Amino acid sequence: MEIYFFILFATLAVASAVGMILSRDTVNSALFLVLNLVSVAGIFLLLKAQFLAVIQVLVYGGAIMVLFLFVIMLLNLNSEENMLSRFSVKYAVAFFLGVIILSMLVYAIASATGTLPYISPEMEQVGTVEALGDALYTTYMLPVLATAVLLTAAVVGAILLAQRKYRKVK
Amino acid sequence: MIELDWYLGLSAVLFTIGVIGVLTRKNAIVIFMCAELMLNSVNLTLVSFSAQLGDVHGQILVFFSLCVAAAEAAVGLAIIIAIFRNHLTVDITKINLLRW
Repeated sequence: MEIYFFILFATLAVASAVGMILSRDTVNSALFLVLNLVSVAGIFLLLKAQFLAVIQVLVYGGAIMVLFLFVIMLLNLNSEENMLSRFSVKYAVAFFLGVIILSMLVYAIASATGTLPYISPEMEQVGTVEALGDALYTTYMLPVLATAVLLTAAVVGAILLAQRKYRKVK
Repeated sequence: MIELDWYLGLSAVLFTIGVIGVLTRKNAIVIFMCAELMLNSVNLTLVSFSAQLGDVHGQILVFFSLCVAAAEAAVGLAIIIAIFRNHLTVDITKINLLRW
């Protein structure tokens, strides 16, 4: 049963990722990315990371992608006339870089996974909100506070950047 | 049960698609979304290792990377809006702000 779900979600994720970089319309790209994020959330569920699956759909699929769609529609972008770059050299470079990166990753995975344990007994308790919250608010207290500062700084920076009029700096 | 290799392989494929998208597309917003795709595939790697090792720390790392992705999306989209105001395009082949 699990393997069928994995095949379903993996196919959906890869297909939507390919659709994202191939679609001509930016809005379609964003919607394909939403589909990709949701299917990755399904894979998180298969890995028993329930909390992260919910967070993935809420934060990524909800908040961030709404932001993207908002900006796309605010800028009123029409679809690109020639979607890919002009230079055909660029295709070749991208293709070779992609092949090299993929083969490096596959090699790293193949050489590393031989030593890993097949399944861990504590896995059932790991992905719950209790376990994550316990670690977050004890061991990772300082990083959580730093995240709060980071997000505040990001919001302030975004507001300053997107303001219509800049105050002149002497 | 599914082997760990399959999750890691899926993550590698998604990452590679993201890289190809960043290298070939011209629209700055689509390039941003490809960066999000790469972040997402790394998150998948972290979660699968975390599940395999029975360790919560990988998932904590995913939590923080989500926060960084949110901050990055906010600031990056604001930069794109600012560039669009000045140049009326988000085509990266027509923007030469950082070219000397």
